[in-house]
Amino acid sequence: MKSLKASGHQLANVDVQLQSLQSEVADTLQLPLFHQKLQAAGLFPLSIVEPSVFQVNLGKMCNQVCRHCHVDAGPDRKEIMTRETMQACLNALAQTDIQTVDLTGGAPEMNPDFRWFVEEVRKLGRKVMVRCNLTIIVANPKYHDLPEFFRLHEVEVVSSLPFYNADKTDRQRGKGVFEDSVRALRMLNAVGYGQPDSGLLLNLVYNPNGAFLPGSQESLKRQFKRVLQDEFSIQFNDLYAITNVPISRFLDYLISSGNYDGYMEKLVNAFNPVAAAGVMCRNTLSISWDGFIYDCDFNQMLDLKVASPVQHVNNFDLNALNQRSVVINQHCYGCTAGAGSSCGGTTA
Amino acid sequence: MQTYYNPEDLKKFGNISEFQKELADKFFSYYSSVFAEGALTAREKSLIALAVSHTVQCPYCIDAYTSDTLEKGCSEAEMMEAVHVAAAIRGGASLVHGVQMMNKAKELSM
Repeated sequence: MKSLKASGHQLANVDVQLQSLQSEVADTLQLPLFHQKLQAAGLFPLSIVEPSVFQVNLGKMCNQVCRHCHVDAGPDRKEIMTRETMQACLNALAQTDIQTVDLTGGAPEMNPDFRWFVEEVRKLGRKVMVRCNLTIIVANPKYHDLPEFFRLHEVEVVSSLPFYNADKTDRQRGKGVFEDSVRALRMLNAVGYGQPDSGLLLNLVYNPNGAFLPGSQESLKRQFKRVLQDEFSIQFNDLYAITNVPISRFLDYLISSGNYDGYMEKLVNAFNPVAAAGVMCRNTLSISWDGFIYDCDFNQMLDLKVASPVQHVNNFDLNALNQRSVVINQHCYGCTAGAGSSCGGTTA
Repeated sequence: MQTYYNPEDLKKFGNISEFQKELADKFFSYYSSVFAEGALTAREKSLIALAVSHTVQCPYCIDAYTSDTLEKGCSEAEMMEAVHVAAAIRGGASLVHGVQMMNKAKELSM
């Protein structure tokens, strides 16, 4: 399977995505636009708080081509962060008290400067989280020591596993992904990840395998814990339930499967003001592979840069950035439905 | 094409209060309590509801509890096994009356 970009799909164009979302909500469904919902909840404009997460997208290159990927990542995507831009990120980070650096991609580990960057962030005394797709660990011998590298640098590992069986996981993430993920989880467990009192955090991310919302995070966590322990002897710490945001490949899936209307209606009707108040974009700075600054990874993929004169790490100025409001659009309904959704799971 | 069942009507379930608010309010309050976490988990209750939906052959309920069981992280195998439970009880309910048939047949026969 190719990325939308490589296959010349019209949804690779972010303007087409934004227009589609706007007309779907306003014209087709005749439902309130996101800013109107925020206004009614007394949350517009959506203000920011002091940032506590510095999220860096190290590139769109990935060894997987997941059907729901909001990044449109894959082996055919060559956009990755240079060491020069990483250095600019480090310079920016050093100007702040932000304690958590969240590394994402694509598969961030495929960036040849990934390990150097982790080491440099650790030298600044900041905590590193990596959004590891698991299969990268077993994809090539040069990645087999990643669990040990993560352990050495006390990296928190956050990994997608959309279901506790191969059938559903492989339908979303590709053939053989579940089996490889199990192998990688066992390797992480073997160096201490997910083990009681090890201090090495291994958190899983659940996202629905289709056009429906995630159920109770606690209930899903209990189920995953039971099945992964009983059937695969795998341990993990926490499970984050994340809602699929209707952009990029998931938007393509919704449209092509005839689920677009129903899903958007579900998201809009499930708008929760408490979840809206807790959205991650309020305390996150998200840096793209080419150094631009966004409120979140979803805005990054729609090229909705921060509403600030400072839009690139090369001229980073936290005081100026802290004056901004969050840039919103119709895709934001994905993070405010039900119990809410963020890179750390539910928010309400 | 007009049909007796319209999927859009499921979203209007709450509108039954238009004709009788007090009883509707009581029903929805009771319904909400029934499906809350209790001695059974909400997940288990959802699977029971999916099975019962097939027994009462309510298309609205089947749509609703297919979505609900998916949202609650049930596997497709679990969902189909729940439907088989419904089928087994329905089939068994017919078959167990076979004993009555046998009793009567033996009573009437030499």
